[in-house]
Amino acid sequence: MAVLALGVLFVSCEKDNYPEPKTLLTGNIVYKGQPVGVEYSQTRLQLWQPGFGKTGEISAPVAQDGSYSALLFDGDYKLVFPKNDGPWQTITKDAAGKDTTFVSLRGNQSVDIEVLPYYMFKTATLKADGKTVNATVALDKIITGVDAKDIERVSLYISKTMFVARANNIGSKDLSGADIKDMGNINLSVDVPSITPTQDYVFARVGVKIAGVEDMLFSKVEKITY
Amino acid sequence: MKKTTYAIMTLLLAVSWSCNDQAFLDRPPTALLSEDQVYANDDVILSVLGNLYNRYEEIGTTKNWGSISGLNEAYWSNSGSYGAFQNSGVPLAIAVDINNNYNNFWNYGYIRDINQFIEKITAADKITQASKDRFLAEGRFLRASFYFELVKRFGGVPLILETLTYDFSGDPTYLQYPRAKESEVYDFIIKEAEEIKSKLPSSVGEKSRATKGAALAMESRAALYAGSIAKYGVKTTTVSLPGGEVGIDPSKAAGYYTIALRAAKEIIGGSAGGYALFKKKPDLSENFAQLFYDKANNPEVIFVEDFQLKFKTLYFTGANQPRFGAEEEEGGRINPSLNLVQSFEKLDNTFAPIPTGTSSGSGTPIVYDNQLDIFAGRDARLGGTVMLPGSQFKGRTIDIFAGVRVPDGTIISGDDRGAQKTLPGTTVPRQVVGFDGPIDGFEFTAQTGFYIRKYQDPIVGSGRRGTQSEVWFIRYRYAEVLLNAAEASFELGNNVDAAGYMNQVRERAGLTKALTPAEITFDRVVHERRAEFAFEGLEFYDIKRWRIGQDIFDGNPISSVSELTSNIGKATKIRTQPWSLWPYKIFAPGTPNDGKWIYQEKKLSRVTGASRWTLGLYYFNIPDDVISNNPKIIRNPNQ
Repeated sequence: MAVLALGVLFVSCEKDNYPEPKTLLTGNIVYKGQPVGVEYSQTRLQLWQPGFGKTGEISAPVAQDGSYSALLFDGDYKLVFPKNDGPWQTITKDAAGKDTTFVSLRGNQSVDIEVLPYYMFKTATLKADGKTVNATVALDKIITGVDAKDIERVSLYISKTMFVARANNIGSKDLSGADIKDMGNINLSVDVPSITPTQDYVFARVGVKIAGVEDMLFSKVEKITY
Repeated sequence: MKKTTYAIMTLLLAVSWSCNDQAFLDRPPTALLSEDQVYANDDVILSVLGNLYNRYEEIGTTKNWGSISGLNEAYWSNSGSYGAFQNSGVPLAIAVDINNNYNNFWNYGYIRDINQFIEKITAADKITQASKDRFLAEGRFLRASFYFELVKRFGGVPLILETLTYDFSGDPTYLQYPRAKESEVYDFIIKEAEEIKSKLPSSVGEKSRATKGAALAMESRAALYAGSIAKYGVKTTTVSLPGGEVGIDPSKAAGYYTIALRAAKEIIGGSAGGYALFKKKPDLSENFAQLFYDKANNPEVIFVEDFQLKFKTLYFTGANQPRFGAEEEEGGRINPSLNLVQSFEKLDNTFAPIPTGTSSGSGTPIVYDNQLDIFAGRDARLGGTVMLPGSQFKGRTIDIFAGVRVPDGTIISGDDRGAQKTLPGTTVPRQVVGFDGPIDGFEFTAQTGFYIRKYQDPIVGSGRRGTQSEVWFIRYRYAEVLLNAAEASFELGNNVDAAGYMNQVRERAGLTKALTPAEITFDRVVHERRAEFAFEGLEFYDIKRWRIGQDIFDGNPISSVSELTSNIGKATKIRTQPWSLWPYKIFAPGTPNDGKWIYQEKKLSRVTGASRWTLGLYYFNIPDDVISNNPKIIRNPNQ
């Protein structure tokens, strides 16, 4: 009886509730089709939906592997990066739209956003040698000329979990930009410290800090068993 | 009979009209004052002004304990606050306004009320010219103060200097003003301060209302901020806007530093009254602590937010009192970090880690007879800012020790305040943890091994919710004026004067060996302000104007003791994680070391993140609804 009474009392009013957004907008931040890796939760894409009076952004964080996603209502959206966000320059498509990507969302859709990173990984090989993680990377300088920026440092990070960055790591090795002789062959290695509870693998990746750019460029996260 | 009644009633009705309905009904309200009445009487005007003073805003104030203790200068021993140390953000709490509203920074309602006050005072004709001048100057002081607050947060903002009224025409565009340049807002503050300073009283005794000293102190601070933004803005070129709404042209730096120095010199020269450093107690640490709560004839304090028991009280002491013997079942929230404690220099003007014996990461711990011995021979401001283990508050010794080291070298500890255990070779349980902790993850205990002393009120009852405290919050004090003068002199290349001003402040802290002009460096300027103004709400803006945030909070954890103890005293010394210093008692009956103390550096288990200063922190995000309402407002960089 009591249960029944409770049930009656706790029936919700269906009409009060709006349906939840169901349309999935996904995509990658790419350079020539290659996703650009970044640090977790440091770079974001702003989604603006005009036409509803007061505007506010819908923020879609860019994941470590350069992907983003947002659950939205169908409609017309403008996608932009906040100024100076990410290790790249945005591409201005035309004078009117500047670097905005216009998306007309009708059902699930995948939209890749092309950017011009300052640098890009040509190759990144990460291997274990005993309790040491060795990385060999080759970098391509994409932006040259007046907008070119130097490399401040290249860093190898290892982490217990798949979140690998400056803030989340158990070991790191820096190589300052001045010490890089050959951009096609940069070698870094870092020793794995003892981990509690013990695990026989770590996650690793290489980051590039570009002088004067806040966000770092990262290679793909790799699980390394030793 | 009926006829008679009717006749009488008709007669009554006929004679009972009043002669002047208008005058009879139109009476002045007895519970409301009209504007004309308000602005005709000094006392009533003062109460309007009191409301405006009460709405003065600042980001860091003792009204909100977290707001003055961010930036890893302290660890927050409060279980709801650990999250601040577990992500990559910089621990920062922003003080709320009087309506407990966090998001009300873009407070043009306040500006309008001040503008209205200024307009009404200008038009008032029933008060004397003297009080009219003073009220007007106070209104302009508050307006300039608030624009200073806005420009520190957002950069250039629209300068609205009159009340704006909507005409209900459906077109509000005439009310939409674009942002002024950042330099224009600073220029406005400086100009206002210059114009009002002679209209304000030169009274050292007046602390809670604007005085000439307050106006000049504001001018000096504002010009110093503008000068350093101009000079150091080149370090972060992306933190600027092409229209100058954010960022100041480097060529203007020298001009601003000159103004900052001139305004500071006016106070130092005594034209605003006889301000001086607070020197009442022979014990310099005690003297420094007393400076903040002594409200009787305090010559150092220039402008405050005042509190009074029973009317407007403060619970800062309640939130931060030592947990052992606390007047409520709480306290101890602000735990100053070892990073701050070790930065207080030694009496020979050198920087050194707290000598645990293991500061380099290895070695044998040094044994101390008394808990306080390890901190001996340092800047007296250390003991005045931080409650060290073994020191006293309200006549009670603070009981901080993390455990007992038994002869075989193991540490025996407990997980409750004052926990007892039976030690090897004994039969009776004895206390193995201090009643003030530290216990990792136990809120309100001194988890870093330290409590805050600055601004704590030693009066009985100050820690009770029902009584609270009436200690004021100091907005401007003479030591800041001296250090403003020192910094401005240094930036203008006059190290002799810079050393002269800085040595006055240092001497009060017991650092009697004077710094030579050659020793005045940028690192020294930064360090001096950090040591003098710790937990006063100024450091956030100092870091911003020097553009050193991304160097101090670089996102890399401080993973070893040697990393923690290196580069002390450098302006860009990294401070991404707060560290702790835990005392242990030695249990070794029959040996000389029994009952003595050793210390160990420690990183708390809750500190898992490493702070990273993102460039977006230099200027706050302008709320979206503000931009929606006024499309002329452009966004801040990196937002």
